Amino acid sequence: MRALTYHGKKDVRVDTHPDPGIVNPRDAIIKITATAICGSDLHLYDGVIPGLMAGDILGHEFMGEVVETGPGSTLKKGQRVVVPFTISCGSCFFCEKQQYSACDNSNPVEKREMSETLYGQPMSGLFGYSHMTGGYPGGQAEYVRVPFSDVGPIVIENDDLEDEKVLFLSDILPTGWMAAENAAIEGGDTVAVWGAGPVGLFAAQSAKVMNAERVIVIDHHPHRLELAKGLGCETLNFREVDVREALLEMTGGIGPDAVIDAVGMEAHGFAIDNMLDVAKQTVGIGADRASALKQALLACRKGGRVSIPGVYGGMTDKFPLGALMEKGLKIGTGQTHVQRFTHLLLGLIEEGKIDTTFLISHRLPLEEAPDGYYNFRNYQNEWTKVVLKPGT
Amino acid sequence: MKAPKPRTALAIGAAAIGLLALARSSARDAPAATGDAPGRTARRERFGRYRVVGKTVTVAKPSRAELFDFWRDFTNLPAFMENLNAVRPLSEGRWEWEIVAPGETSVTVVTEIASERAGELIAWRSVEGSRIDTEGRVAFRDAPGGRGTQVELVVAYVPPAGQAGVAIAKLLQREPAQQARRDLRRFKALMETGEIPTSDNRIETEKA
Ligand SMILES: NC(=O)c1ccc[n+]([C@@H]2O[C@H](COP(=O)([O-])OP(=O)(O)OC[C@H]3O[C@@H](n4cnc5c(N)ncnc54)[C@H](O)[C@@H]3O)[C@@H](O)[C@H]2O)c1
Ligand SMILES: [Zn+2]
Ligand SMILES: [Zn+2]
Repeated sequence: MRALTYHGKKDVRVDTHPDPGIVNPRDAIIKITATAICGSDLHLYDGVIPGLMAGDILGHEFMGEVVETGPGSTLKKGQRVVVPFTISCGSCFFCEKQQYSACDNSNPVEKREMSETLYGQPMSGLFGYSHMTGGYPGGQAEYVRVPFSDVGPIVIENDDLEDEKVLFLSDILPTGWMAAENAAIEGGDTVAVWGAGPVGLFAAQSAKVMNAERVIVIDHHPHRLELAKGLGCETLNFREVDVREALLEMTGGIGPDAVIDAVGMEAHGFAIDNMLDVAKQTVGIGADRASALKQALLACRKGGRVSIPGVYGGMTDKFPLGALMEKGLKIGTGQTHVQRFTHLLLGLIEEGKIDTTFLISHRLPLEEAPDGYYNFRNYQNEWTKVVLKPGT
Repeated sequence: MKAPKPRTALAIGAAAIGLLALARSSARDAPAATGDAPGRTARRERFGRYRVVGKTVTVAKPSRAELFDFWRDFTNLPAFMENLNAVRPLSEGRWEWEIVAPGETSVTVVTEIASERAGELIAWRSVEGSRIDTEGRVAFRDAPGGRGTQVELVVAYVPPAGQAGVAIAKLLQREPAQQARRDLRRFKALMETGEIPTSDNRIETEKA
């Protein structure tokens, strides 16, 4: 089969690999009809997440048709499914608590120890990501092997829902939703969202659905900010204004009740600490760039809530711990527990309460995936979300 | 108690069982050092001639009795112990363990049950004359809060001295602590999910 393959920093190509097969009883094989490039893939592309190897197949946002099932799978051939990017066994302590991205079993024993060293405990397996999270071949491919297929995939029964309406159930839609849940929104709240990428926009949309009174989205790409406006949000361009000052003024001197960092470890910006962090990342001594998060912590009102869907992989320097402690902020974060939200969100899509298609700017055949990566990274303003269609 | 005869299985067994006890609760000689922590988490690895490694996992299901029964049938162990080819029952409660050894096809160790309490504990040790002087113990106890069963695996072994076979030396240098940890986690995965997760995309077909 053909699959988007990591060769090295900023070097991905579509190569031929052996087709996947059933390995474990609960596996299924999916023929992929649509798959997307994610901001998390850009962290891999830029080489700032450890544990990726040349030859790895990327992609963790995908859907398709079931073509083969193991004896323990509950799926049937021919079913249309969207697959969560978190691989979860469904039966461990964490899965029972619906903390799927903390699954104790899905990250293979011999792969998980690096994340254990780094984080104290090992994390779950993820598709198409680092070997720290299992090194599972991803879904920017013609076929993918899906372990624990009786737990993760959600079957789309309604054929009127085209792929583009449901594909994002695999990651960014639940991620935006969980980000808003972690902001513990109350009536009358003002929520500030850093990053008008897919995650930030879906978080903003979810915050609206959860009855936030105002949502303010911060970015520097005018077109992305336009999309936020389209969702009924207010916007700030961080290159044009002093973000903290602007937020304070816009909230009558109080500060936002909740802040959401939908930027993660590759924040842009010219603050001095960020420039130092860029330098360290470039020479490979790997401090996470956390300038958006630092700004969010300072901007948040006293006793407010901090939600961090943006991905961080390691350590960061000059963290404003005092702001966090002295103001008594509450933090919610994590890789998304995707399986917890898929049914709820499918319902909201069917009711028309949530739209996902506004985000898609480009549709490409799988063979053009490397261009997709390049442009999604370098022309973020216009390239807001790339959907790849194998077999076209 | 009999006077210990050096290098007899009984003496070694008794000594090492003592070590396992030591590894389990706080050490007699160093209670202040570990508080309530297992003695083996102390910042040392050797207890006399023995090196002791071990790990605890919590297994959500099935029941403690079922976990115990699965383990008690030693022929099941190769399903999750990476360096075991096979375990075969012999007469008189002995078992023959066929261990994968680098450079050789395998090393065989015969063990006997050192002690057993149904649903709670199985301890085994190598018999006299074995090429590897080792013993192991697995304990099962209810986890607090109805979280299932805490399963603790402790393995003690004598690191090979100069006269030991090169293969055995290599085998034991292949990180027994890592081996024990990974084996136990595979056991947990197999019990909880019915399979051992892998990111391999296909079963490697053997070359004809
Ligand atoms: N928690 C999860 O499970 C999960 C899932 C998916 C993605 N993510 C993470 O969410 C983050 C965003 O993903 P995405 O797909 O939207 O990525 P993206 O790269 O498309 O969007 C990031 C946006 O942040 C903006 N930005 C950069 N620096 C900023 C700053 N200092 N202030 C304000 N905005 C800034 C960029 O201009 C860009 O528009 C990434 O870190 C990604 O890894 C997390
Ligand atoms: Zn993603
Ligand atoms: Zn699990």
